[in-house]
Amino acid sequence: MIGLSPMKLALLSDLHANLQALTACLADAHARGATHHAFLGDLVGYGADPGPVVDIVMRMVNQGAWALKGNHDAAAVNPDPTNRRADHVGGVWSHSQLSRPQRDFLADLPLVVRHDKLLLVHASAVDPARWSYITRPSEAAESMTAAQAQQATHVFCGHVHEQRLFYTGATGRTMAFEPTAGVALPVPAHRQWLATIGSVGQPRDGRPEAGYAILDVTTLQLTFVRVPYDHRAAAAAILKAGLPSFNAMRLAIGQ
Amino acid sequence: MKLMEPGTEIDGFVIGECVHAGGMGHIYRIGYADPGRKPPFPMAMKVPRMTGGDGAENIVGFEVEHQLLQALHGPHVPRFVAAGDLARLPYLVMEYIDGRPLQHWLDEATTTRRRPAASEIAALGAALATAAHSLHMQNAVHLDLKPGNVMIRSDGSAVLLDFGLSWHGHYPDLLAEETRLPVGSAVWMAPEQVVGMRGDPRSDVFAIGVMLYELACGELPFGEPQTRGGLRQRLWMDPVPPRAIAPETPDWLQEVILRCLEPEAKLRYPSAAHLAFDLANPDQVAVSERGRRTTREGFGTRLRRWIKAAGMHYEPSPLPSLQVDQIPIVMVAVPWKDASDATLYSLRTATNRSLGIRPGARLACVTVVSAGDSDHMVPGRGETDVHRAHLDRLRQWARGLDLEGHQVSFHVLEAGDVARALVDYARANAISLLILGAATHGVKFQRLIATVPVRVAMEAPCSVMLVKQSLPFERLGMEPTLAGDNAG
Repeated sequence: MIGLSPMKLALLSDLHANLQALTACLADAHARGATHHAFLGDLVGYGADPGPVVDIVMRMVNQGAWALKGNHDAAAVNPDPTNRRADHVGGVWSHSQLSRPQRDFLADLPLVVRHDKLLLVHASAVDPARWSYITRPSEAAESMTAAQAQQATHVFCGHVHEQRLFYTGATGRTMAFEPTAGVALPVPAHRQWLATIGSVGQPRDGRPEAGYAILDVTTLQLTFVRVPYDHRAAAAAILKAGLPSFNAMRLAIGQ
Repeated sequence: MKLMEPGTEIDGFVIGECVHAGGMGHIYRIGYADPGRKPPFPMAMKVPRMTGGDGAENIVGFEVEHQLLQALHGPHVPRFVAAGDLARLPYLVMEYIDGRPLQHWLDEATTTRRRPAASEIAALGAALATAAHSLHMQNAVHLDLKPGNVMIRSDGSAVLLDFGLSWHGHYPDLLAEETRLPVGSAVWMAPEQVVGMRGDPRSDVFAIGVMLYELACGELPFGEPQTRGGLRQRLWMDPVPPRAIAPETPDWLQEVILRCLEPEAKLRYPSAAHLAFDLANPDQVAVSERGRRTTREGFGTRLRRWIKAAGMHYEPSPLPSLQVDQIPIVMVAVPWKDASDATLYSLRTATNRSLGIRPGARLACVTVVSAGDSDHMVPGRGETDVHRAHLDRLRQWARGLDLEGHQVSFHVLEAGDVARALVDYARANAISLLILGAATHGVKFQRLIATVPVRVAMEAPCSVMLVKQSLPFERLGMEPTLAGDNAG
């Protein structure tokens, strides 16, 4: 139970086994006074450190943090060697790197968490296990409508590795907004909002900085954050682990 | 909506006199209910009209204004104090601005049947443009500038009010319209706003043009259109030139006003700072046919604009500060004594280079002379002559510049403290880049006192480019002593 004390929720998604980025984001969230944490899925895949990353999340979940399942997590639990999609290709390797308790933890993660007016999901609130991408207002509108049916006004999700805010415009249409990092945006509850909060471990908007967001639940202000981290070390770890070199290269260029 | 009685208490504030009751709501003077708590500045409370039958646009306007007031700062916007909860009791508490609304000048002109003097119109316009530019540099565009939303303080500076329809690049645009419904006040609305475009700082330049036009002529350039069709006319129609209505309007003022009112945004002043600059320097306005004409433009021009306008539609805008930064005002400080040919040559080269990569940038060439300097001049030459001689030198210096596509002006400042004068000038004119010689303005005393270039670099409100001599005549043949210093 949250009570009346101030609540600052750090929203982190698509960690992708990037230990360096996760550590940097958690330190940044701590400095910004985060009181609560939510991990919106894809803890593993692409990166070199699935085990240590899952350990951190497990420990924080034990202390009350929320964690959700993403497609890469599902694939790491039950990899399909015949499937050529990135999550399954990487899933075979991740599976081999994770201990039984770590895999059980991933297997038990929920697809959706709802807290008061907030709905957290890895991809779309419409049939979450289909892992639909939300990049356009129409897709955001569908997800918001599904969330509204569950009395939620604010939807937070990951999966697309880009930071974007969708909202209802003057004419009732859903509009997309490209946020500026570090600006606190009021997200009052009389409107519907959907934020894709970006990726901690593998940003894809051309910038290497790790992305996450902080929601001040008390004042309803959302801040998108970018955190510089040692992406060279993360890339070196990927190469050392024998993973595809593109996984390493893309971190420096944010792709 | 019911008027609140003086003495009513809300969230720790006590209501005073109602100073404005309008269609959008009420404005009250207020204080803190706790008599021991003194406000740091006078405060006003704005209570939007938001009862049952009121439209959603008032609620959105309230949200937008709340967002903007929290984000904006500086002397040209009221300071933000507090906001009431939207669901319970919406209100905004902000600084009460003690001044005269611009509307007073228009009303006074109507009553006395005398148009304000051109110099007064220019001063008001410059204050307005300076205030708008300060907003644009903070990534906001007002989009509803009109005489009722502008307060002029006793020092002549302008404060902008009412941000309910404004746009800020850092926040989701709650008023964004992809359905092409215009938002704003019809009289002052820029053509691109008519088709739903928001976020262009030049829309505010247009609105300022409408106000200057009314100040000069006593008439509205586009009337008060009541229909969508009437509103769209300004996409291709230029107004009757001010001199046709008020023949006493100087050509430079008409040039400025009509440039603000160009239907195509890219033909207007590229930023409000450029506009403020012209209004502050009327003698430097480059008057074209636009400033002298007494009839509207021809049918051909209008037809061309009409065809272009048919294709205009809503699109998202880049950040205003970026738009404005791309067309800066560049200032070059040209020394008038102790300056070698090499220094002047290097300054010219650096200026050319800076202008070349900034299409549309304007250039202000400035020289500072000290008040006593005329004493050393040839006896019999008065101060005006000295002034003129300096202007001629500046013009001569600028002759070597490639000024294609750039406006240029020349300024002789009189001051004892050269660095102070340059910095003040840069601040007053929203200069983006100040170019000066690294070894000019008294460099001989470099080891003893902070030189002018050093002080300017430290105190300037903008970027400073210190230019080194590229033709080191004095040093030819000295290279060996410069190299090898770091040997070992």
